[in-house]
Amino acid sequence: MLRTALRNVLAHKARLLMTVLAVMLGVAFVAGTLVFTNTISDAYQKSSQKGFKGVDVAITPDKKDDDAAHPGEAPRLSQRLLDQAAKSPGAASAYGVVKGSSSLADKKGDLIGGGFSNLGGNYYPGANGKDPRYNMAEGRAPKSAGEIALDSRTAERGHYKAGDSIRVSVDGPVRTEKVVGVFTTDDGNVAAGGTLALYDTVTAQKLFGKPGQFDEIDVKAAAGTSQSTLKSSIDKILPEQAKANTAKKLAKDQAKAIEEGMSSMQTAMLVFAGIALFVGIFIIVNTFSMLVAQRTRELALMRAVGATRRQVTRSVLIEATVVGAVAAVVGLAAGVGIGAVLRSVLNSTGATVPDGPLAVAPTTVLTSVVVGVVVTVLSAWLPGRRAAKIPPVAAMNSVHAAPTTRGLVVRNTIGTILAAAGAALVVTGARMGSDGKGPMAFGAAVLVIGVFVLTPLLSRPLIAAAAPVLRIFGMPGKLARQNAVRNPRRTAATASALMVGLTLITGMTVIAGSMQKGIDKMAADGLRSDYVVSMGTPGGRPLSPEVSKSLAKLPEVTSISPLRSSPARVAGDSASLMGVDPKAIKDQVGMDFTEGSFGALGGTKALVDDKIADKNHWKVGSVIPVTYEDGRGGKLTVGGIYEGNQMINGVMVDSATVTPHMATVADFQVMLKTKGGATEHNKDLLKKTLGQNPAIKIQNKQDISDEIASAFTLMLNMLYGLLAMAVIVAVLGVINTLAMSVFERSKEIGMLRAIGLDRGGIKRMVRLESLVISLFGGVLGLSLGVFFGWAAGELIATELPSYELVLPWPRMGLFLLMAALVGVIAALWPARRAAKLNMLAAIKAE
Amino acid sequence: MTTTPFGVETATRATAAAARATDLSKVYGEGETQVIALDSVSVEFHQAEFTAIMGPSGSGKSTLMHCMAGLDTISSGSARIGDVELTTLKDKKLTQLRRDKIGFIFQAFNLLPTLNALENITLPMDIAGRKADQAWLDQVVATVGLAGRLKHRPNQLSGGQQQRVAVARALAGQPEIIFADEPTGNLDSRSGAEVLGFLRNSVRELGQTVVMVTHDPVAAAYSDRVVFLADGRIVDELRNPTADSVLDRMKRFDAKGRTS
Repeated sequence: MLRTALRNVLAHKARLLMTVLAVMLGVAFVAGTLVFTNTISDAYQKSSQKGFKGVDVAITPDKKDDDAAHPGEAPRLSQRLLDQAAKSPGAASAYGVVKGSSSLADKKGDLIGGGFSNLGGNYYPGANGKDPRYNMAEGRAPKSAGEIALDSRTAERGHYKAGDSIRVSVDGPVRTEKVVGVFTTDDGNVAAGGTLALYDTVTAQKLFGKPGQFDEIDVKAAAGTSQSTLKSSIDKILPEQAKANTAKKLAKDQAKAIEEGMSSMQTAMLVFAGIALFVGIFIIVNTFSMLVAQRTRELALMRAVGATRRQVTRSVLIEATVVGAVAAVVGLAAGVGIGAVLRSVLNSTGATVPDGPLAVAPTTVLTSVVVGVVVTVLSAWLPGRRAAKIPPVAAMNSVHAAPTTRGLVVRNTIGTILAAAGAALVVTGARMGSDGKGPMAFGAAVLVIGVFVLTPLLSRPLIAAAAPVLRIFGMPGKLARQNAVRNPRRTAATASALMVGLTLITGMTVIAGSMQKGIDKMAADGLRSDYVVSMGTPGGRPLSPEVSKSLAKLPEVTSISPLRSSPARVAGDSASLMGVDPKAIKDQVGMDFTEGSFGALGGTKALVDDKIADKNHWKVGSVIPVTYEDGRGGKLTVGGIYEGNQMINGVMVDSATVTPHMATVADFQVMLKTKGGATEHNKDLLKKTLGQNPAIKIQNKQDISDEIASAFTLMLNMLYGLLAMAVIVAVLGVINTLAMSVFERSKEIGMLRAIGLDRGGIKRMVRLESLVISLFGGVLGLSLGVFFGWAAGELIATELPSYELVLPWPRMGLFLLMAALVGVIAALWPARRAAKLNMLAAIKAE
Repeated sequence: MTTTPFGVETATRATAAAARATDLSKVYGEGETQVIALDSVSVEFHQAEFTAIMGPSGSGKSTLMHCMAGLDTISSGSARIGDVELTTLKDKKLTQLRRDKIGFIFQAFNLLPTLNALENITLPMDIAGRKADQAWLDQVVATVGLAGRLKHRPNQLSGGQQQRVAVARALAGQPEIIFADEPTGNLDSRSGAEVLGFLRNSVRELGQTVVMVTHDPVAAAYSDRVVFLADGRIVDELRNPTADSVLDRMKRFDAKGRTS
């Protein structure tokens, strides 16, 4: 029996290839995802471990999560602590770390590193005059103000060498420094493509923090002292708001954080792999059904000569195992390739990933092979059982087993119940607001399964609806339509493959387009300023107050308000106070007041958004107890309540009220209006005033919308790329179904040829059938996608009130066209085969 | 009952030929494995005549029909339908010729299961995009006795009824010639007799030309003329046959085949 099964595997090469390809694509996706994510997290882990090379114990400021007495950040570490640490028992040496952001301009004035991670630090010479973290490759270390050292990659990117001048921005005004050296380092951020500029310690402290203070103190243990021993001796000298950790623990924590960061990406990619496999299952089931149908007589003969049912099933399953194993191994190899390609693609986009070997973990190999074999065998199980049910008498019969229509009643009932329940849950979820996510996701899954179960039933009316169009093609059109509904189950399985992909992509496109519209609208309604000035580096230090001061002096600037944020506790909850210019703010933002107005702002009078007000039952005139950043208490009075949105929310006060309490006075944004509105001229003027600062963004409304849009576009493009995979699998599925149809109908095709349908007509018939099936899947997918898009939008609208459902008709048209293209491409080979069919062999009665 | 000597063409009727083969040969394979299926066959099928082609299996009777009907290519010689030389036609023209000038009846009925009886009958005209002649169609349908079953699908009809649909399909387009390949092979004797009766009537009453391949002497007896094939050659022919005379002739061939 084993030999017969193996011989069968080899006997049908073309079909075998198709099955292997289907399984392989799924497995390749899974393997590629695992290899890619493993490689990256391995590399990050290695680079983060390297980063702790010269450190045994690190002291950092420690802020308790819910410290009511100190709403502000914990104070940085003092020089005194550094001296004590260096002298503590078991310590060999200690150095202080100062961190901050430093944006560097290349010689054309553009930011190096695209704002991904632009850091600044200090060079702390030890006893031997060297800092163990940095290795000077060229020139020397910075020693005084005005001197700077660059990491080698940054120097290369900006074409800088020792002796050049470079324009640098830390928190606002541009500074021109002299490059005195170029260094190499193991620092994880630099390895990941960030830029790093080093200053001497005093300058760095002046630029980034307060003089004489450090962000971190790294202690090296003396020979023979363990990290934990050193830690316990250091713990004794720690001030209240500081903590010490061993380097081992820090490295471990960092590795864990990286792994967590990667895991969401890995999950997302595995979801796509799952979809590819899910779609692949249809193909595998179809292929094995086809194999069984073609071999009905052969299998019946085997039954007639004495093979048991179990033996027949087993022969099909053995065949599936072989196919699955071969496909899994090929898929694994392809997956490793995909992993490598993904990494180089990521590298070429500028998001430099640390170098490291491709990581092919044993679990990756095992998962891929198991997934490939198990999916194939499970998919072949149903056709295998069907094969076993072939009665021995079928060997004497010329007709192939006709597809049963029995069971469709049960199937339709189950499908209707599932689809109705799913749709009801989704609609209910959409009405529930932010609590509706769970029910909606569950409902969506149930609905998709329900529609999938119902596809055979839906195929008849939907395909019948295409009749008027198909009539143009005459008889081939009519035959194509009838052939498409002849085996509803198979048509459904084929169309479902496309449906799943299109549902996802349509839903995502609808949501992204609608969100874009909502954000545009919010920017248009909520933003009155002509320009918003902010720091271009995320996570960098906010703008120095100098920025708004120098801009305010311009005669072209008619109104200007800095926005500064100060951590505080409001009515017992941690919150941040937003300080604004009370006179200018009403020109900059549009806010709808439910009570009070802009006029109330000033002194201790605050404006609060409706959510906070509702939660605390505040009205105009309510008195709110606050603890400021520096720990001092105070009282604010509610002057007005406004409708908050994504851009403006929280507690807004006069900046003069919060500024005295802030540790560092800085603005996260400056909003302003100019004479003549947003013009090229005004933008140039603002840029010039800020000294062509590479790190400062000057954006008008359109720029802000575009920036948000680009994030969606990137996400959508990634989705489109990954879903291309599902489409390829769908094409294979359609080819498979058509090949099977052509095979089953060879007699009819022969007859049609004999009584006068020419080759072109036969080809047209097969192509149209393919087109009809693909478009059927496409229409189902689009409809579900739009429905899900609408439902998810209802949830988003609770967060983003200006959200508005926009149906991207051109895109949807494109998707439908793509589905049609899938049909046409998939039909190429089966149509050719049908047209070339040997007429005589086909009509001959067996 | 007059018989003619071997290979001598009887031109006693004044009717023209609906189809004609001249020195038609069909060879399969090459060199050592070469098989000569038809060896310089010359034959005419007259208009408004019911001709049966008979012969033992492997005699080339089906091959002759396939070549004459433009279903198969020929190796040498000529095959004509009316005035049209089939050997000069490309696939597209040949397909059109089959569609417009030839009707087919197959042993396995070969109806499309997705179409109802009427749609199957008008299929060749639908493919051509022509309208059926309604009066003629009604007459054909009435003749084969399917009037009450036109909306039925093939799987709702008996074998005999299905073959009657096939006969109606062949007749509906008023082709110049109908080729029937063992039309009664899959039918019981009563249904077979019905179908053969229709074919004979279509010749007698409607002036149709029919060529039928069969190995059944009873079926052959419905024809006006029987052409006998053996080893790819025409070996005899018989006019106004009866089942007995055909059987006699077959037996003679068998005996001859064994002695020679």
